[in-house]
Amino acid sequence: MDEAQLRSLTPGVLAVLVRRGADFAAAEDAVQDALVEAVHSWPADPPRDAKGWLVTVAWRKFLDAARADTARRRREDRVDDEPPPGPTPSADDTLQLYFLCAHPSLTPSSAVALTLRAVGGLTTRQIAQAYLVPEATMAQRISRAKRTVSGVRLDRPGDVATVLRVLYLVFNEGYSGDIDLAAEAIRLTRQLAAAIDHPEAAGLLALMLLHHARRAARTAPDGSLVPLAEQDRGRWDTASIAEGIEILQAALARDRLGEFQAQAAIAALHADAPTAEETDWVQIVEWYDELTRLTDNPVVRLNRAVAVGEADGAQAGLAALAELDDSLPRHTAVAAHLHERAGDRPTAARLYAEAARKAPNLAERDHLTRQAARLNAYQ
Amino acid sequence: MAKYLLLKHYRGAPAPVNNIPMDKWTPEEISAHIQYMNDFAARLEKTGEFVDGQALAPEGQWVRYDGEGRPPVTDGPFAETKDLIAGWMIIDVDSHERAVELAGELSAAPGAGGRPIHEWLEVRPFLAAPPTIPECAIHG
Repeated sequence: MDEAQLRSLTPGVLAVLVRRGADFAAAEDAVQDALVEAVHSWPADPPRDAKGWLVTVAWRKFLDAARADTARRRREDRVDDEPPPGPTPSADDTLQLYFLCAHPSLTPSSAVALTLRAVGGLTTRQIAQAYLVPEATMAQRISRAKRTVSGVRLDRPGDVATVLRVLYLVFNEGYSGDIDLAAEAIRLTRQLAAAIDHPEAAGLLALMLLHHARRAARTAPDGSLVPLAEQDRGRWDTASIAEGIEILQAALARDRLGEFQAQAAIAALHADAPTAEETDWVQIVEWYDELTRLTDNPVVRLNRAVAVGEADGAQAGLAALAELDDSLPRHTAVAAHLHERAGDRPTAARLYAEAARKAPNLAERDHLTRQAARLNAYQ
Repeated sequence: MAKYLLLKHYRGAPAPVNNIPMDKWTPEEISAHIQYMNDFAARLEKTGEFVDGQALAPEGQWVRYDGEGRPPVTDGPFAETKDLIAGWMIIDVDSHERAVELAGELSAAPGAGGRPIHEWLEVRPFLAAPPTIPECAIHG
């Protein structure tokens, strides 16, 4: 059993402890301790029933901690050694954990950290490394999050949209340190989509798979960004694309369109094009129109202007852009791109340089600076 | 979830409101100031927002490459250097508003007379890694 398989047992084990009456925070600590013990002892002595082993060890850890706690507080209240018989945990229990960890009372960063630990089974150290903060800081963030949700009862379904938002954030963090957060987000979204019948959960999973498929082609060996039109499509992961498209089609057939399905549909149209020139931009513009109706998001309008520029020509794209607030992030980058398509190199070069100064991350800044330099070389 | 650098200057920042230099404070006022800084960092650790905090000595040299096989050229410190960074704190917060709020609190550290210094701090966002799902269609 590899680490990911081991960690996939986390929510189920945690659910058993909570059902037996352990409070969420203590149960979560106990499951973490059991996972650590499993990593150490399983290679030499693998259990026949992995989940059963984890439940037994986690319950013992919980009792040990509860006893130590009771002793410390000199209280008489006891926890029974024999677990009360409860109903067998089901997919619903896993689902309740997702809802709890993405509870609206949590800040986005707390919800992300708690989800990765309690549902994903990652250690505090792994999460801290992935987010480049000290372990002590991450430990506090997690215990604070646990305190925040400690009074929340697990008996009502939560809001799927908040859970999806958290998983989207994890996916977008990408890759840093030992943990591949994008792959982890896919694993957790896959688990969620299996536990709940919801087209947007499927839509988000499809969206992730379709973007993940392009990962190898998105960066050059020197780490620089390769734009979609210039990517080597032979390096796209066709299995991941096929799976994403299949999941998306099943979701769309349900006729309950949402933001993630629409975004996935755009990603699927890109994935479908054998070359950049064969991209069906007319359909992509239609999907952006759909997205604009679903969410009045200025980022969507900006990307729609790019698509209009491809479908109807650069001048049409510039006209669509002119309707938008020019203080939007990446507005200048899009303007530079459209001016270049319209044949106005000097303006494009000036705008690329300006966009580079405003870029929100290093890869985009370097890319935009190179674009400006490329155009300036003509003059 | 974005990191910000809170920069503190020896000189180069606009003048603080309570502008009495530290060597004119009482020892108790200095202790209270340092305690405030330590408490602030400890509190941020508890909220899960602390990343790093360091103080820099005012001395520093300029260094540059001087050609193959030659030692680097050093010069300075230059008295005319306008910006002199005294230290920093790195925080990891959910929003720009939160970063500004925390910088405001840090600027309220007590100085002479136990009153807040109202020192100017510079808040600089880190350039992050690009998102897995590109936010801009031209990058794809």
